[in-house]
Amino acid sequence: MVNKMTEVTKTTAKQNNPLANEKIAIEVEKLNLFYGDKQALYDIDLQIPEKKVTAFIGPSGCGKSTLLRCFNRMNDLVDIAKINGEIRMGGENIYKPGLDVAELRRNVGMVFQKPNPFPKSIYENVAYGLRLQGINKKRTLDEVVEWALKGAALWDEVKDRLHDNALGMSGGQQQRLCIARAIAVQPEVLLLDEPASALDPISTLKIEELIHDLKKDYTIVIVTHNMQQAARVSDYTAFMYIGDLVEFDNTDKIFTNPTQKKTEDYITGRYG
Amino acid sequence: MSANKNFLQGGQHWVWLNAGAISISIIMVVGLLLLIAVRGLSHFWPAEVNTFTVSQDGSNQLVMGEIHNHEEDIQNGVEREQYLIKTGNRDQYGIDFRWLDLKDIQETKVDENVIVLERHEWGNLYGFIKSVTMDGKSVEPTADNLEAIIERANDLHHQIREIESDDIGSINYDIEELRLEQRRLELDDELTDEALAELDSQRADLNQQFLDYQADLQKLYAAIKRDSAEFELVGGQTKSVNAQMMVRSFQPNAMGFFAKIGHYFSKIGEFIFDEPREANTEGGVFPAIFGTVLMVLLMSIVVTPMGVIAAVYMREYAKQGPLTRTIRIAVNNLAGVPSIVYGVFGLGFFVYFMGGTIDDLFYPEVKPSPMFGTPGLIWASLTLALLTLPVVIVSTEEGLARIPSAIREGSLALGATKFETLWKTVLPMASPAMMTGLILAVARAAGEVAPLMLVGVVKLAPTLPLDGNAPFLHLERKFMHLGFHIYDVGFQSPNVEAARPLVYATALLLVLIIILLNIAAIKIRNNLREKYKSLEQ
Repeated sequence: MVNKMTEVTKTTAKQNNPLANEKIAIEVEKLNLFYGDKQALYDIDLQIPEKKVTAFIGPSGCGKSTLLRCFNRMNDLVDIAKINGEIRMGGENIYKPGLDVAELRRNVGMVFQKPNPFPKSIYENVAYGLRLQGINKKRTLDEVVEWALKGAALWDEVKDRLHDNALGMSGGQQQRLCIARAIAVQPEVLLLDEPASALDPISTLKIEELIHDLKKDYTIVIVTHNMQQAARVSDYTAFMYIGDLVEFDNTDKIFTNPTQKKTEDYITGRYG
Repeated sequence: MSANKNFLQGGQHWVWLNAGAISISIIMVVGLLLLIAVRGLSHFWPAEVNTFTVSQDGSNQLVMGEIHNHEEDIQNGVEREQYLIKTGNRDQYGIDFRWLDLKDIQETKVDENVIVLERHEWGNLYGFIKSVTMDGKSVEPTADNLEAIIERANDLHHQIREIESDDIGSINYDIEELRLEQRRLELDDELTDEALAELDSQRADLNQQFLDYQADLQKLYAAIKRDSAEFELVGGQTKSVNAQMMVRSFQPNAMGFFAKIGHYFSKIGEFIFDEPREANTEGGVFPAIFGTVLMVLLMSIVVTPMGVIAAVYMREYAKQGPLTRTIRIAVNNLAGVPSIVYGVFGLGFFVYFMGGTIDDLFYPEVKPSPMFGTPGLIWASLTLALLTLPVVIVSTEEGLARIPSAIREGSLALGATKFETLWKTVLPMASPAMMTGLILAVARAAGEVAPLMLVGVVKLAPTLPLDGNAPFLHLERKFMHLGFHIYDVGFQSPNVEAARPLVYATALLLVLIIILLNIAAIKIRNNLREKYKSLEQ
């Protein structure tokens, strides 16, 4: 039953491809993911457009975070996770044997649900990724730190206390610091895993504005529980349900005129 | 009734039970410390010297000394009270202490002129100054003049010790090195005539230096013997003491309160900074303090990296399966192995096997007497490092487990490898836990005695393990330790009664040193904690 539904989705998606005019940054093909015996993702086929915001929505446990974590191979950390299928970036399968995972993660930045700054100074948090690449020249670091903090709309708030401990900042500031930290290494893709779920409304608004600014330069994939947020920040939306990609389309289309009944039920709040 | 019911229902009785248990524990700890402190510290206070007139078997007799102890018991149905009097003058009476029955004491007097003389041998002398001879001439027999000759003697004594232990000690060391050098060349078949001549000339040089020092010593010995004093003991006998034997004199009965305080602190200073005299029952415990602290430091240097590396491997790299679980259980159980077992292992493995092998490979010339193949500082440190390894491993592992996975993921997501994440983020954040492990390790190691008796501690070490002869730190030397010192002074000493207060004083010192080492480690840990405040609220 479920499989049949997926087939239908795919045909619809193919018939009027919403990404016809977009450059594709990430291609997912027949991706299956298992946690031990339990399958968490079923035959996902998906394309993520370049320099746009793509949102994953869906009820808890539907696999949207799992799918997001496939893009920078964070699932490798889970011993029991097994993957088949392909994810291609720039034409190259990121799961091919021998691929440098650290290099991949440098290109695919990630911001997590809960702000997780390192217990170091604000400056050192942002410089962390650069130092990993062996960049230790103070002038370069200073420039990049300032650039990244400005990029994350945090510079004005922290420029006088760059060497204070990052844990002394508010939750919203910490989350923007994590974004600054991620963009400091200049990735191509930015993965945001419910970046505003632990924040108050004002901080959330700031993050959303930031996402809007960042999409000029980065391909952004965001997982969110909050449908209004998805509607506000994203250009494309994928709706997932128990490991299936149910529907993928323009955000406007998903929220006003979804093709699938499940999507409509979810959007209108009948379950979720 | 209802109040009672509320009391039980609200669980108040459990609260009281717990509070009671805590109070009893605290009272016991504080009581223990107080007992040690009072017994140990009161030893240095100048006690009053009484003159007792005792009638025994119909005749009267004078006894002079400090009241050391007081006891009541019942003998043959008769209650009796006794004093234990420290009479000193061991050379005269054969013993330091005697019991006096309270009912035999006719009269007790406190004479201001009584003088107490501490000596290098035979313990204290209690008596009155009869004459003082300075530079061969008789001077007025006053306490000040006695003081003056003691000061001169102590000064000379100091110089003699300096020459004997520093200068001649270092010559002996060099001569021994030359002997080993010659033996080494002999073993390597490289002992040519030139080499031998060279060695001989060096040896002749050293011997000449030795003779020079010897001549200096002769002069000093002659000088130190020029003064002397005569004392009248309480029974009327006269005792002559050469200044060479004197350590200090004081008149406890004539001292004011502040003079007593001054005396008290100078005695404490002597206890902490001087070397022991008279089979450890007099003088100080400095070598033991030094040995304890040095051994604990060496142990820390060994155990911390080993424990941390083992914990990192077990927690971060090893596959978490039955094997790792078994190893973890084994490590935890190692902490429960009796320490003497570690001592036996240390003796068998470190001393005989490793030390013997080192001697065979690198120091074949020292045979037949071993260099590393005998108990010593390094082996004691290694044995204790092994003993405390489980503590460090367990607390480091716990520290690693407490680092939130969000932090690791954050680092990995920036392109860090697992090792970079560990090195730059996880380990610094876990460092307070490592310090906790080290604190526990230090607390255990500093108090451990049993294994040390097998692997390096001795009653009296002739030299400190750290001195001016290259390579300065002599890891193969035997050393003294406060814990063993307590045992030795308390149970192995020829004069147990005199040594007992020293047991308390040394125990107090040991506790204080452990507290000091711990406070230092705790300070460092708190700084680290402040620095790496983790995300947990």
